[in-house]
Amino acid sequence: MSVDTAPMTSGTAAPAVGRAVFHRLLLTVGPIVIALTIAGLILLAVGVNPLTYYGYVIDRGLLSPTGVQQTLTRMAPMLFLAAGLIVAFRAGIWNLGGDGQFLLGAVTAAASAPLLVMVMPVWLALVIAFVLAALVGMVWSLLPALLRAYYGVNEIITTLMMTFLGVSLANAMVKLVFLDPGTTVPQTRTLAVEDRLPRLFDTTISSGLILGLVAVVAVHLVMTRTAFGLRLRVVGANPRAAVHAGLNVPHLTIAVFALSAALAGLGGAVDILGVQGNVRADWNPAYGLLVIPMVFLARLNGFATIGFVLLLSVLSIGGESAARRIGVPNHFTLVLIATVLIVLAIVEYVDSRYLSARRS
Amino acid sequence: MTTETFTAEPAGIPIVSLEGVTKRFPGVVANDDVDLQIWPGEVHVLLGENGAGKSTLIGLLSGLQQPDEGRILVDGKPTVIASPRQALSLGISTVFQHTMLVPTLTVAENLLLGARWWRRPDKESLRASVDEISRSLGITVSLDAYASELSLGEQQHVEILRALIRHSRVLILDESTSMLSPSGIEELGTLMRQLVERGMAVVFITHKLREAASFGDRISVLKLGRKVGEIAPDRFSRLDEDTLISEFVEMMFGKRSGDPEDVPRVPHPDLERKAPVLAVRGLGVTPTAVAPGLADVSFELRPGEILGIAGIDGNGQKQLADALAGQAPIDSGTIELDGRPVEGTPVHARRDAGLRYLTDDRLGEGTVGSFPVSINLLLKQIGDAPFWRRGIEQRAEIDRRAIQLMTDYDVRAPGPHTPIGRLSGGNIQKVVLARELSDGAKVVIFNKPTYGLDLANTLATRKRIGDIAVGGKSVLLISTDLDELLGLCDRIAVMSRGRIVGIVQNGDTARTDVGRLMGGLAA
Amino acid sequence: MTGLFSEIFLSALLFGAVTAAVPLLLAGLGEQMSEKAGVLNIGIEGMMIAGAYVGFLAAFSSESLWLGFLCGALAGIAVAAIMALLCVRLGLNQIVIGIGLTLGMEGLTALLHHVQFSRTYPRLPAADITPIPLLADIPVIGKAFFQHNLLVYLAVLLVFVMGYIYRRTQFGLNLQAAGDKPAALDITGVDVVTTRTAAVLTTGALAGLGGAYLANVGAGIFVPFVTNGAGFLGIVLAMLARGRPLWVLFGALLFGVSLSLTTALQVAGINIPTDIIQMIPFLAVMVMLVVFGRRSSLPAALGLPYVRGAR
Repeated sequence: MSVDTAPMTSGTAAPAVGRAVFHRLLLTVGPIVIALTIAGLILLAVGVNPLTYYGYVIDRGLLSPTGVQQTLTRMAPMLFLAAGLIVAFRAGIWNLGGDGQFLLGAVTAAASAPLLVMVMPVWLALVIAFVLAALVGMVWSLLPALLRAYYGVNEIITTLMMTFLGVSLANAMVKLVFLDPGTTVPQTRTLAVEDRLPRLFDTTISSGLILGLVAVVAVHLVMTRTAFGLRLRVVGANPRAAVHAGLNVPHLTIAVFALSAALAGLGGAVDILGVQGNVRADWNPAYGLLVIPMVFLARLNGFATIGFVLLLSVLSIGGESAARRIGVPNHFTLVLIATVLIVLAIVEYVDSRYLSARRS
Repeated sequence: MTTETFTAEPAGIPIVSLEGVTKRFPGVVANDDVDLQIWPGEVHVLLGENGAGKSTLIGLLSGLQQPDEGRILVDGKPTVIASPRQALSLGISTVFQHTMLVPTLTVAENLLLGARWWRRPDKESLRASVDEISRSLGITVSLDAYASELSLGEQQHVEILRALIRHSRVLILDESTSMLSPSGIEELGTLMRQLVERGMAVVFITHKLREAASFGDRISVLKLGRKVGEIAPDRFSRLDEDTLISEFVEMMFGKRSGDPEDVPRVPHPDLERKAPVLAVRGLGVTPTAVAPGLADVSFELRPGEILGIAGIDGNGQKQLADALAGQAPIDSGTIELDGRPVEGTPVHARRDAGLRYLTDDRLGEGTVGSFPVSINLLLKQIGDAPFWRRGIEQRAEIDRRAIQLMTDYDVRAPGPHTPIGRLSGGNIQKVVLARELSDGAKVVIFNKPTYGLDLANTLATRKRIGDIAVGGKSVLLISTDLDELLGLCDRIAVMSRGRIVGIVQNGDTARTDVGRLMGGLAA
Repeated sequence: MTGLFSEIFLSALLFGAVTAAVPLLLAGLGEQMSEKAGVLNIGIEGMMIAGAYVGFLAAFSSESLWLGFLCGALAGIAVAAIMALLCVRLGLNQIVIGIGLTLGMEGLTALLHHVQFSRTYPRLPAADITPIPLLADIPVIGKAFFQHNLLVYLAVLLVFVMGYIYRRTQFGLNLQAAGDKPAALDITGVDVVTTRTAAVLTTGALAGLGGAYLANVGAGIFVPFVTNGAGFLGIVLAMLARGRPLWVLFGALLFGVSLSLTTALQVAGINIPTDIIQMIPFLAVMVMLVVFGRRSSLPAALGLPYVRGAR
């Protein structure tokens, strides 16, 4: 009754690999095309020519020089959030508190950097601001981490609550503690443009992009190639096997929360230190909920995540331009992303059904 | 509820019959052209090894699966059993091997499940009918207890009761004795007899030859999805138990010999003279809501010795193994390995000191199903050189090691990168054996090592356990299969409610001694 | 400081608390039913916003508040039907699909509202009040609790209806079995997928109703993202209450008081940032979790799709 000795693949290796890659590509591009079509129908229904809209989004998000620079810059904070989510999801932890950790990291960086640059070299000030943001992110995840690790309290509730709390706290800090005395606008002190993260070459692209890319690739390599990453994956895939194998599951759980939240905090910092320069009251880009689908679409693979974050960034930059020019509110981007996500999930389901039917 | 009995029509038609039924799954033919008739007033034993296709047959009869070919006749009429609901309305009830009660509902609520959703649960009439049935069968159940509070035997009674409340004509019992004590097995046999005397048909699925011979009226033997033989009641009643068993064996394995599971035990003399390699004294663990605790567990294990732990499942065996391996904290007591206390050390330190643990839950706990065989072989050595250097994995080393262990332990898999979840139970067991027995094992804890394995792998595993002891290592063998313990062990300890209630020297009187201890009597 | 303790202030505060609590209560009760049946319904925020938009649109164009509630509930059901199809029937990941539905509905309602009303934000007239005889005349309390829209009383009544369903009906038993041991339910002849689908659709109806109430009565207006996390709060409430409807009511009131306090204090001219007050209920809940936070017993099969015969 065992199927162990049955050949798993047939035919020679090379065409099989080529076919698998093609298959994978088809499974990714196909749903995106289907989703664009569905979303296009929605546009048609509200009286907008979808081809005009898509053409404009691609032009403004990807092809025009200023657009592509904005797109690449926007990727940086999202990449950090994505890196944090990859760590958490691979370890089976549902950290849905990214937005709170992100915003607190941002406020920390905004509060510290303008003061630090006054007393030390800029590069050191930036490094310290990053470290502080990471630490604050970590601290914000400590309670959910401890509750999950030692009491088994479901982290979905606790991280959701901590993110609500974190957003409120960040706003309160901006309005009460770190208010810039030099202006009537409720916001933190502004980091001078020349003190921010350097731009790449002659472009307006923030070097935060490089940091984000490094973060995602590093996380990917750590999770797939190191003993530490393997331990986390064992905890995620089968916690009982982790205990059986002698892994210290509570410690690893806390490490996952700390890493994930630190990366989210860094995401906030990179947005402030690279682009925004300050935090205005009630500012909350809410990238977290948008990045979660991207990480899933990429099946927790770091390199694929970069691709999907690029797509998200193109859609959101292009969508913002389109909102101004064509009059389609940029909320339409959300519809587009949701459609891609759902269509992709369905196609994967159909594909696995089809494959298992063919195998038997 | 009435006490109406279904009088068997003599020489009428069977309640259910299968004609040429074939069921395929990806890569396997689970049932191949099977004919089967289920008659009222009979205990029909389905005998076969794991993987013989018994579970699939139950799935077909209980509406969980549909046959690919052939047909099922109910009362002589071709019938499609499309869903569990339909099976129930046809009068076919199944008591599955793993309990099918909702732990968070009471017994009464469990028995009420299945009525139309807009109905109000009618506890009063349930109570009346349960009273009547349980009185006539001589079993007692507490309707207000939560299902999670019942012993496995009690849960089984509830499930049989459920079938009777629904006026079932056919009761399928799937491996129902595997979780029961010897006396519980006897009780179940009596109960089955009562049910068939009421005119019911009982389908009793087992892989144990003795139970088949003593409880059956008719027997069908399955092998690799095919029905390879049947003994009808007239012949069955004329043969004595030993003759029946040797006929079963011939049908199952094609040779005339005794029970192949009867392996002569190799005695290990002069164990007494050696110093114990594992000494456990006064071990205590607090019970939790879901697991029993341990109280004052003490024993010694000498080099080359096999100490059995007998007992009904769920009496602290798992907690003992977990505590010894370091997976669960202990409250009191000491564990000495080679004279050194290890009770305060973590899992990997005990492993490094030579203590190895093969869990009973191979896929749920012992391995990570989606991970490759190679990584599962190193699951307890993550980060160790030469497979990881400075924390970075060395794929060549890992693969080399995996291929070697797979060869040494005859693991049949397409390659070291195959996810282990795709292997059969026997091959997963070999991976786990390879992981635990290699590199300096001194004391090996086996928890139900042959549970769910087919006969070939069962025998191979038992031989390996014997060989370990011959090689001078010590074995703690936890098993609910008394024959397995009697065949392998030097001494057998009996666990009940988290305590060791007695340790018996294996020998001629061991079977009765262990049975008495399990039944709560002094040996 | 006299303003803080005046009768008018207090009754306005409590009145606002009840108004703010009702959407949370409906969402929490809805989510509770899904979770009981083993479905983690993260898409509830999307169901609420769909209910808010459609409910508002229906009430605005028909000038009937109750038609608005009905259409809001139907919109919630429509979104829930997608969730039920994808997650319950096909067994796709509940968290991924849930987030997808939430994002999609937030975007879609914002888009449609933009197309419909451009940048005008029409208001609905104040909702009808159904005072409860006698009780409504009690000072402070009467104004706060017994002079509300009829739906408010129905929502509170629903708490007890839910309690009755869970403990006293066959459907309640089925729900619990579907969440704790779906295979056991299946073999008794009750279809797990149908049971869970019923639960998810009910969740959609309640969430949509909650959204419609939030837009039509609470705010009197639809703006994009008007639900502002109320659905996620519903998830938090349901998980904390663990199957006990009365706890959802208490939790919803706690959050309602804090939401109401933020506006009330502003009206009273007391200068405490709203952010601080908004943190209070979350802090209270986190403290409760830390103090009492033993293993929260969620349904064993929560989040896992059911496949008959799978092992």
